[in-house]
Amino acid sequence: MSEPSRRARTHLTRSRRTLLGLTAVLALLLAGCTSGSGSSNSTAGASVTLSYSVWEQPQFATMQKLAAQFHAENPNITVNVQLTPWEQYWTKLQTSVTGGSAPDVFWMNIPNFKLYAKGGALLPISDQVAKDNVDMSNYVSAIADAYKWDNKIYALPKDVDAVGLWYNKKLFTDAGVKFPDASWTWADLTAAAQKLTDSSKGIYGIAANAADQLNYYNTILQAGGHIISPDGKSSGYDSPEAIKGLQFWVDLINKYHASPTLAQMTDTAPLDMFTSGKVAMLYGGSWSVLSMVNIPYAKENVDVAPMPKGEQVGGVSNGLGNAIYAKTKHPIEAWQFVKFLGSKEAADILAATGAVIPAYKGTTDAWVKATPEFHLQTFVDELAFTSAYPSSVSSAAWSDFALKEFAAAWSGQESVEDAAKHVADEMNAALAKENQ
Amino acid sequence: MKRMGHPPRAPGKVSPYPRQSTLHRKDARWALLFVAPTALGLAVFCIWPTFQTFYYSFTTWGPFGGHDWSGLDNYRELFTDPELRNSLISTAIFTIVTLLSVPIGMVVAVLLNRPGMRGLGLYRTIYFLPTVTLPASIAIMWKMLYNGDYGAINWALGLIHIHGTSWLANPDTAIYAVAVVSVWGSIGYNMVLFIAGMQVIPRTLYEAAELDGAGRVAQFRHITIPLLSPTIFFVTVITIIGALQAFDLVYMMIGKSNPALAKSETVVFLFFHKAFLDSQGGYAAAIAFLLLTIILVFTSIQFRMQKRWVHYE
Repeated sequence: MSEPSRRARTHLTRSRRTLLGLTAVLALLLAGCTSGSGSSNSTAGASVTLSYSVWEQPQFATMQKLAAQFHAENPNITVNVQLTPWEQYWTKLQTSVTGGSAPDVFWMNIPNFKLYAKGGALLPISDQVAKDNVDMSNYVSAIADAYKWDNKIYALPKDVDAVGLWYNKKLFTDAGVKFPDASWTWADLTAAAQKLTDSSKGIYGIAANAADQLNYYNTILQAGGHIISPDGKSSGYDSPEAIKGLQFWVDLINKYHASPTLAQMTDTAPLDMFTSGKVAMLYGGSWSVLSMVNIPYAKENVDVAPMPKGEQVGGVSNGLGNAIYAKTKHPIEAWQFVKFLGSKEAADILAATGAVIPAYKGTTDAWVKATPEFHLQTFVDELAFTSAYPSSVSSAAWSDFALKEFAAAWSGQESVEDAAKHVADEMNAALAKENQ
Repeated sequence: MKRMGHPPRAPGKVSPYPRQSTLHRKDARWALLFVAPTALGLAVFCIWPTFQTFYYSFTTWGPFGGHDWSGLDNYRELFTDPELRNSLISTAIFTIVTLLSVPIGMVVAVLLNRPGMRGLGLYRTIYFLPTVTLPASIAIMWKMLYNGDYGAINWALGLIHIHGTSWLANPDTAIYAVAVVSVWGSIGYNMVLFIAGMQVIPRTLYEAAELDGAGRVAQFRHITIPLLSPTIFFVTVITIIGALQAFDLVYMMIGKSNPALAKSETVVFLFFHKAFLDSQGGYAAAIAFLLLTIILVFTSIQFRMQKRWVHYE
């Protein structure tokens, strides 16, 4: 009689089968179901959570303050500030827009704006601006105009920036070099950088990085060249002036040996080198004020002067804007938040923290006074002669290509002329495709 | 006549296939039910996307989604793209260096397979730790070690008067530097697999060899390696498949703005670059399919060759 007992042992009893079956079904259900979003419809008054995506670590606390202030004034709307590091911000944003789940409100900048506006990723806010009587003349006009596409407004300006010459007062005094001032030219900078370089101590005069907004955009303009033609149809990189502007940096590394090599600056970020006293000068942005002030060594020893002039003064100004995702589930609440962010109240909070120069006119004094350790009036004065940031629909693509190509020039693998020619060709091809 | 249970069999006669009884069918149904969650997951997340990718490799994508049919354009571009050629070379270098972790893992496994050795558990744990450490932490620590000016490696080299370069920013050394980290990380994992494989080798063989006068190395050559060859084969196959798909270490240690990027991009990194940074989803899909083909070819070659050197019991 082994068969029946074998049957009893090898086959499942009815109750066990049912239990295991239910477990299997439950597992299937749990594996299959996605987490529900739980967001309610945007009926006015219902409790709503907005997501606000930003990339600047030093400004994160300020953004949270603004979100808290907004929540205090609008108790039914909670804003969730999400920080994504700059390196991943645009990849993540583009992927999330493609996937249909982008944050409700997010930071936008000029080089990327046209791509997003043309691609229908942003909610036009012209109607809301008109209805709520938002006065666009309150903002720096270059930035306000930059966020218009097809005669519609797509973002409210948040800030405006400029690049200045940050320098280490201690290293200057130790080497016996006069501090930089508004009279400096490229020749003064080069001479000072060479005098400040002390290879026995591992100290360099300047960090000649291959960055666009911080370095070569400014020197190209100072040499009398341009990056993109005013009509937006051709590249200015292959002009002799532009090449001069690029050669300025390459010479500092390879000819005068007054700067670390690009390899060294890849291993250690130029800002870190500067704030630990390894380089005496750095072209840095007005948005780096908080980074400098929060490091005790930098707070004590660092100051800022205007960029030296080449053939002329010049520089680029970028400006961030707050944009709304086109497919947000809460367009009304998102507009309320963006309107708040563009208000004088928010601009005052932003200026008081010293984070960035708000795009709202009349707040620059507050920003300058917020960090008395540095001569921040430098940046405000520079705004008088800076140019609008170069951009087109495909600017993210050709500026990325430029960065890669110029890295080869900076490392001495390619001549500056050849690199500039390659970049100009690539950029012209991209611009031609855009304007088809 | 209804049959209940298994029919009686003539002794010594094995039926070519089992009879399908009702109970057998019920068992099969339960088996299917339990396999279903995994099979469903695999089908939805692995098999269906493979077919989708194959379809997308014949399309061109817009920046925010949407695609148009473009035929063989992507594949034509594959053959003339210098970036792809460089990435294949980098991936080949990476794979060859990573394969070093197989012999090193073997040696470590043999050294840590002596029963009764003091601190055996501790040593095995130390060697295995990299496998359970987050790749991001590994990348950060090694980046600090490799730093051209302030890293520990160059400091140590400085003590013996060798001037080290910026390992991760020098186009000639970057991919080798990342591959070394990969070897370091795989030794422990391979060691564990080899130790497990060595447990089934009977001690009596070693004792007999010792009686015959074979030294440690000879024992290793003539007993350990042949009897461990199934494990060696398995480890080699998965190491190659893993190395050909290297991405996370390269992405974390060599950033977008690194001048060494062009000569140290692996194929999967190029895929990521094209798909998410350049928004060329169709071309990226073609790259992914090329990689799939390469991996299939390598793996099938290895499986063919195993008849020559792998001894199964």
